[in-house]
Amino acid sequence: MKLRYFAWVRERIGKPEEDLEVPAGVATVGDLIQWLSSRGEEYAYAFENPKVIRAAIDRTHVKAQTPIVGAGEIAFFPPMTGG
Amino acid sequence: MTIPSTVRIQREPFDAAAEAARLTRGRTDIGAVVTFAGICRGAEGSEPIAALTLEHYPGMAEAEIERHVQEAIERWPLLGVTVIHRHGRITPGEDIVLVITASSHREAAFAAAEFLMDYLKTRAPFWKQVEKAGEKTWVEAKATDDAAVERWTVPGRHAAE
Repeated sequence: MKLRYFAWVRERIGKPEEDLEVPAGVATVGDLIQWLSSRGEEYAYAFENPKVIRAAIDRTHVKAQTPIVGAGEIAFFPPMTGG
Repeated sequence: MTIPSTVRIQREPFDAAAEAARLTRGRTDIGAVVTFAGICRGAEGSEPIAALTLEHYPGMAEAEIERHVQEAIERWPLLGVTVIHRHGRITPGEDIVLVITASSHREAAFAAAEFLMDYLKTRAPFWKQVEKAGEKTWVEAKATDDAAVERWTVPGRHAAE
């Protein structure tokens, strides 16, 4: 599964994207955040406050409870500040 | 009838007057054009700003804005819409974003332009970094922007997701 990170989530993790094999049992976006957080300090730092993290599956906004099955690309980022 | 709409994400500056003229050229049904430009300020309170750097999610930024342009076209009797959002490093006085809405009458043009700006602020995948006194920090999302977008929510409709 392709993961992409933007803004300070990208800076904290230290890379803009990566391909990861996600274990079975990681069913939702929230599960994925929890699993990533356990992968190392940089991930734990990026996701230390999961409530503020926004996510998109295949370039559409999703919620923490959204299933990740069939997702091609999942992105994590802070609240948006465009305009 | 297909409403002419343009969505562009670009690094280069834009020409707001030329973009507005392009929407109205050769048409006599348009009675109102609202042009909103968001511009980089030179200070935040008493702290001077050297520049803003905008990061975006290519592909998703275009798709999100396009979706909200289509929603605006469904909700108001518009005759044309243009949205241009810049990315990269932008210095004070430079344009960041442009929203143009055209309609027969002003009410729809004003409302749709505000709707689109409120969505751009909170739902379009862009992130601003501000450079002040040689330091770069990420701009925090404002609760007032979240409140502004809430007023457009139609019961039973999940446009914001």
